[in-house]
This record gives sequence, C-alpha cells and structure tokens, in this order.
Amino acid sequence: MNVIYVFSIVLAGAAALAVVLTTDLLRIAMLASFYTLTLVIFFLLLQAPDVALSELVVGTIAYPVVLVVAILIDRAE
Amino acid sequence: MTRRIRLTVFGVAAAGFAALLIWGTLGIPDFGHYRGRYGQILNHAAVKERQTTNTVTAIVFDYRGLDTMGEEFILFASVTGVALLLREQRKDVPRPRDEVRNEAVRAIGICLVPAVLTLGLWVVAHGAITPGGGFQGGVILSATFLLVWLAGSLRTYVRLTPTPYVDLTEGTGVGGFVVTGLIALLIGMPFLHNLLPYGLAGKLSSGGSLPILNWATGLAVTAAFLLLYSEFLEERSFVIAGKHK
Amino acid sequence: MSYLPYLLAVWIFLVGLFGIVRSRNFIHLVVCLSVTQSSTYVLLLSIGYVKGGTAPIFKDVKPGTKAVDPVVQALTLTDIVVSVTVAALLLSLAILGKHHAGTMDPEELHPMQG
Repeated sequence: MNVIYVFSIVLAGAAALAVVLTTDLLRIAMLASFYTLTLVIFFLLLQAPDVALSELVVGTIAYPVVLVVAILIDRAE
Repeated sequence: MTRRIRLTVFGVAAAGFAALLIWGTLGIPDFGHYRGRYGQILNHAAVKERQTTNTVTAIVFDYRGLDTMGEEFILFASVTGVALLLREQRKDVPRPRDEVRNEAVRAIGICLVPAVLTLGLWVVAHGAITPGGGFQGGVILSATFLLVWLAGSLRTYVRLTPTPYVDLTEGTGVGGFVVTGLIALLIGMPFLHNLLPYGLAGKLSSGGSLPILNWATGLAVTAAFLLLYSEFLEERSFVIAGKHK
Repeated sequence: MSYLPYLLAVWIFLVGLFGIVRSRNFIHLVVCLSVTQSSTYVLLLSIGYVKGGTAPIFKDVKPGTKAVDPVVQALTLTDIVVSVTVAALLLSLAILGKHHAGTMDPEELHPMQG
C-alpha cells in the first residue's frame, strides 16, 4: 500500500467528517462537492475510470445545482 | 425522548455496529486479492464475444442489461415523483429578473456551450470503446442547457427546454430500452438479445444493440436531469413571486 | 494496513449515520444520507481491486492482461447517477414539508394525530 493510497483514504475520511459537522447550508453544498472530488481521486487510484467519470460529472454538475436551488427555495420563504 | 438520550443510545448502538462491521471486514479477502471468477471471465471474453473494448459498458448494457433497465425505472420513477410533488398550480408564474449582466461571464458561458455539447455527445457515442457511456454523457449534455441559465437568464433556459418535449424525450429514452428488448422477444429470441451485427471492436457501431441502448439511456438521463432542474427552478420562481404579492 | 479501504467504508458509513441522527435541518439530513450511500461505492470498488491490475478497458492493452474486476464497477456506475435523482426526490419532499409545516427542523415536526 503506497503512501498515495493512504493519503487519499485519509483525505476522503476527513472530508466526510467535515461534511457531516457543518451546519451552514451553502457551505455544506460546497463541501459535499469537495468530498465527491476526494472520492474521484480514490476511485482513480483503484483503476476505475468509468466510475470516477460518473462520480465527477454527478458531483460537479447535477448534485450541487439541485442542492443549491433547494437551499435558495428554503431561504426565499 | 430528549436529544441527549437519543444521542447516547446512538453512541452505544454505533459502537456495537462498528465492532460488528469491522469483524465482518476481517473476513473479506485481502485488499488486492479478489477471488471472483465472473469478472475475470468477462475480461477475457468481452472483446472477442461482443467486440467492445470497454468491458464495463458491455456489462452494463449487454451482459447485465436487465439490471440497467431496473435502474432506469428507478430514475424514471424518482423524476415522476418530483414532477408530481412540485407541479402544483403554477400557471403564469412571473420569472425573476435575474439576467447576468457581467460581460465576461456571458462571453465565457456562450463560448462553452458548443464545447460542452460536443464533449457530451462524444462521451455518449464512445461508450463502447473508452470510458463513458449513456449515463455520464447524459449528465454532461444536461450541463449544456444549464450553462444557458448560469450565464444567461432563466427565461432563456425555460424557452430552450419546453416541458412537453423534455417529457417526451425522457419517455422515449426509457421506453426505447424496453422496446429494444421486446422486439427481440417478438422475433423469438430472449429479451434484450442483440439485434444488430457485432461489428469490429474499436468502431463506433460495435457491440450488437449496445449503441441503441446507449443512446436511449443518454436521452433518458439528459431529459431526467433537465426535468429536475426545471422543476426546482420553477418552484423557486413560484416562491419568490408569492412573497412579493 | 491492507484493510484500510474497508475501514474507510465503515468509517464513512458511521459518520453519515451520526450526521443523520444529529441533524437539525432536512437538507443537511439529505446530504448526510448521500454520504452514507457513498460508503457502499467505496466498499464495492475496494473489494474488486486486483493488485497490479489495470483498468478493464482493452483499447490499447492486449485483452488478457491482468485487470481489475469490471462487474462491481458496472454496479456502482449506474447507482451513482440514479442516487442523485432519489436525493432530489427527498429534497422536494423537504420543500413541501416546509410549505405545509413551516419548518425544516426534524425535531419540531410532530407526528400526525387523529
């Protein structure tokens, strides 16, 4: 197990903890996207380009848009 | 049951659950020594049998196409659920005035739209050859329309994606998958048997009926995400308009 | 040390559960649910890894070289895209809950009576 595997695993674990402990809503949208990116790095290290592409696309385009618009609806009321 | 008691109960339960999970993972073979046979057989056989160089796409659309059909139904059902929940009486909602005024943002957005469209179509078309396929390319294609909202205004986005056509595209995508399987049933073969010739590995039209299923999935995923964005954005316009009354 | 990816999956699952239990806002709850779901992807892909294997794409590589398991990748790939739509469904339920009950706090919603 290389250093880079251990580093990416620790990074993903820390990002998951950060997502859960945040309370401000817009910050959680950005942190969720960042957590997705750490998972993309881990999936690439596991030699899975299809899954990494899928997670990258979803975590950058679809998921933040849906979250942020829901947060804006919540704030507008 | 107050919050503290609930958290304490959760703490105890989580400790027990963690012990159970860790004991379970000690029984899994070591990291890197996977002993399954099905994947190894498919790695060796997929290129020769189905003439696709991307084994994962061959599994998703060919060897395990039935499971992908189930996943598409989940997608369809969730999007229908969102449409059912959020499409209330929303006639003639005035859209908020949110045109982007910054020239740099508008310019970059407009220049990116054809690039992202080409990238999306490329990723969908090359699903059988390189990493890609209907699922990933469909989300990228939905980003093409999203850029119009982000770098333009909501009115332009709504005019570009009229709801009847998007609904029709989604139905065509999901239904096309099922119809391809049913056609195989009608000519006496098993469900989702390959209809077209296999072709040569590395060409765009290889893999039997994989291109048909791939494009159907791409259409379905694009339309599903466009529907999701439209529903959420219309709901936001509705809420903002309701506040200003 | 070689069990570290499996421990990561267990850690992410428990962290997500902790977030769900401690949550004070429905949108935060949906994000934590998403984190919990991603632990299954990590577990699946870590199981399928073969030491010294390459990606299961044989365009420039001769078919027959050692490659990682493609079946678990196929399972994970469709699941990731579909889970976003399910999260959107949950978010729209949260929005409707806010319309009818006026709050986004799970602790202030009382169960239905009568």
